[in-house]
Amino acid sequence: MSLLEVDGLRVRLPAADRLLTVVDGVDYRVEQGEVFGVAGESGSGKTMSMLALLGVLPDGAVVEGRVNFDGRDLLGLAAAPRRELAGRDLAMVFQDPMTSLHPMLTVGRQLTEHVRLHLGFDRRAAERRALELLEQVRIPDGREALDAYPHQFSGGMRQRIAIAIALACRPKLLIADEPTTALDVTVQAGILRLLDRLRHESDLAVILITHDLGVMSAIADRISIFYAGRVVESGPREGVLRRPRHPYTRALLDALPHPELRGGQPLVAIPGAPPNPGSIPPGCAFHPRCAFAQPDCRVHVPDLVPTNGRALACPVDPFAT
Amino acid sequence: MSALELTDVVVDYERRGGGRVRAVAGASIDVERGQIVGLVGESGCGKSTLARAAVGLVRPTSGSIAFEGREIVPLGRRARPRDLARLQLVFQNPYASLNPRRRVGAQIADALDTLDLVPAAARPARVRELCELVGLPATAAGRFPHEFSGGQRQRIAIARTLAADPSVIVLDEPLASLDASAQAQLANLLVNLSRELGLGLLLISHDLAIVRHVADVVSVMYLGRMVETGSTETLWKQPLHPYTESLINAIPHPDGSGFLPEALPGEVPDPGQPPSGCRFHPRCPYAFARCSVEDPTLVTLTGGRAAACWLQPEGASAASPAERARLVARAEVQ
Repeated sequence: MSLLEVDGLRVRLPAADRLLTVVDGVDYRVEQGEVFGVAGESGSGKTMSMLALLGVLPDGAVVEGRVNFDGRDLLGLAAAPRRELAGRDLAMVFQDPMTSLHPMLTVGRQLTEHVRLHLGFDRRAAERRALELLEQVRIPDGREALDAYPHQFSGGMRQRIAIAIALACRPKLLIADEPTTALDVTVQAGILRLLDRLRHESDLAVILITHDLGVMSAIADRISIFYAGRVVESGPREGVLRRPRHPYTRALLDALPHPELRGGQPLVAIPGAPPNPGSIPPGCAFHPRCAFAQPDCRVHVPDLVPTNGRALACPVDPFAT
Repeated sequence: MSALELTDVVVDYERRGGGRVRAVAGASIDVERGQIVGLVGESGCGKSTLARAAVGLVRPTSGSIAFEGREIVPLGRRARPRDLARLQLVFQNPYASLNPRRRVGAQIADALDTLDLVPAAARPARVRELCELVGLPATAAGRFPHEFSGGQRQRIAIARTLAADPSVIVLDEPLASLDASAQAQLANLLVNLSRELGLGLLLISHDLAIVRHVADVVSVMYLGRMVETGSTETLWKQPLHPYTESLINAIPHPDGSGFLPEALPGEVPDPGQPPSGCRFHPRCPYAFARCSVEDPTLVTLTGGRAAACWLQPEGASAASPAERARLVARAEVQ
């Protein structure tokens, strides 16, 4: 059994006069010690599907499906035990550490809060744990850092602190939502190395959400590509990024600048823009932007079908090998 | 003469409670018409300050900034000379730079009205033309900014600058916060505009991959100084400054190979207290005795390149920092 098993997850959010489907039947597995990558453009449902796991969706949201985490049915849990689980065994790191850290509380306070609440540590034990954590994420001068405030650190250091806080209760699963998007590449590389080390050292499972396929390629073991609330392709990193099968995955990769493309050659942009949750096209949601669309693509929503070590939601399969 | 010339520009900010921060510490950069100049560096290196100084939003402490041969005077109470309208700026965040309560067409038409570039009767047609030029539907003019995606808003911001009939546009991180596909669309648009309208573009970005793709020449900035300049292709193939090399090694490769990018240890130091000698020496893997004492200047090397590094002596032929470091080590032994 996998650490996390998600089956048929659907999330609907209240809009003006109806419910909008933002995640539409998503399945995936995450194993211990594995980095599972979730990629897709903004609005593809990546973040919402994760917030659903933590139970922190906006009011009025409807969640359906089955989520099994570490042998427990996450969606069936009552609010209190779920909160306990979500704070202890499941942790999340957000894109912007400036907004996810409390500006008025010391780093020490934010680092010890969890372990005192969830693990019942006394102050001294909590402080020892906090120092351990700061060392683990390579913050120099831990003692001084405990008494400092978030604004006294650089962006990269703040993200390390946010990761330390997330790791405080030794979670089994860390959800990192665009953890390096706000950072410089030089700092990003440090955070990616940190996440990679953590999963090897402490057998931590990581869900890495990012729109940056380069970041994905650095540390993800397996990847799911999201489009308009559904998974269109998933499989091992190397296979998906080297030999993409879904036209959308292929198009995403083609849109990236790469060294071979030079001499004034334009980038291959995907025409149009991703659809809004309120106006998802019928059939395959990607068909209006797809160069390989067939008449049937406009009608039938393709299923995610296992094929040759990966899963693909495209019956046309123009890049079949 | 270049269309936009920044020479030895220094910009100081006053710190609250006294003290000064030298955000730009003597930087030069030229932009020709029809040329795309990339300016890269980590956050805090002074690239945005330099952009603001270039268009006269920040007063330089010393140095000169000239646009089409005319000195740029910082914005004041008096109206700017109208020739300076041909130098335009696009901001990073199109959610903040557009007025949410005015229709797109009215915002694009502002420059047409102010500069009286086309007769009033012809303005709606010109606005439609500008929308088309940046790849927006002609109906965009009647809509509000919130009806558009981030990429489209950035196009609106660009159309608004094009209304002033510019010869140079300074763009401060125009592609940040956009998805890869929107980024690709906008990058293509910028290249086309530059080629078709003969526009000079100063493109400031921390995304080196995209700069590599669109820029003709690149300047690399570190802590207020240019550390390396050169044509994009050669600079990327063979970086001469250790900082440029570190930046390139930190870029992830989206090829599924599992390549783990190299982190550059340490952080950009406080510009209020720059390190002695070469500003990069505390983070430089090749630093030797001289680097912590003497400050290198940007010197010309062969092949139209320039670097500010003690490993790269003036007039030397291009050789990687590692190669040069071996030579220096050998010389020290002897």
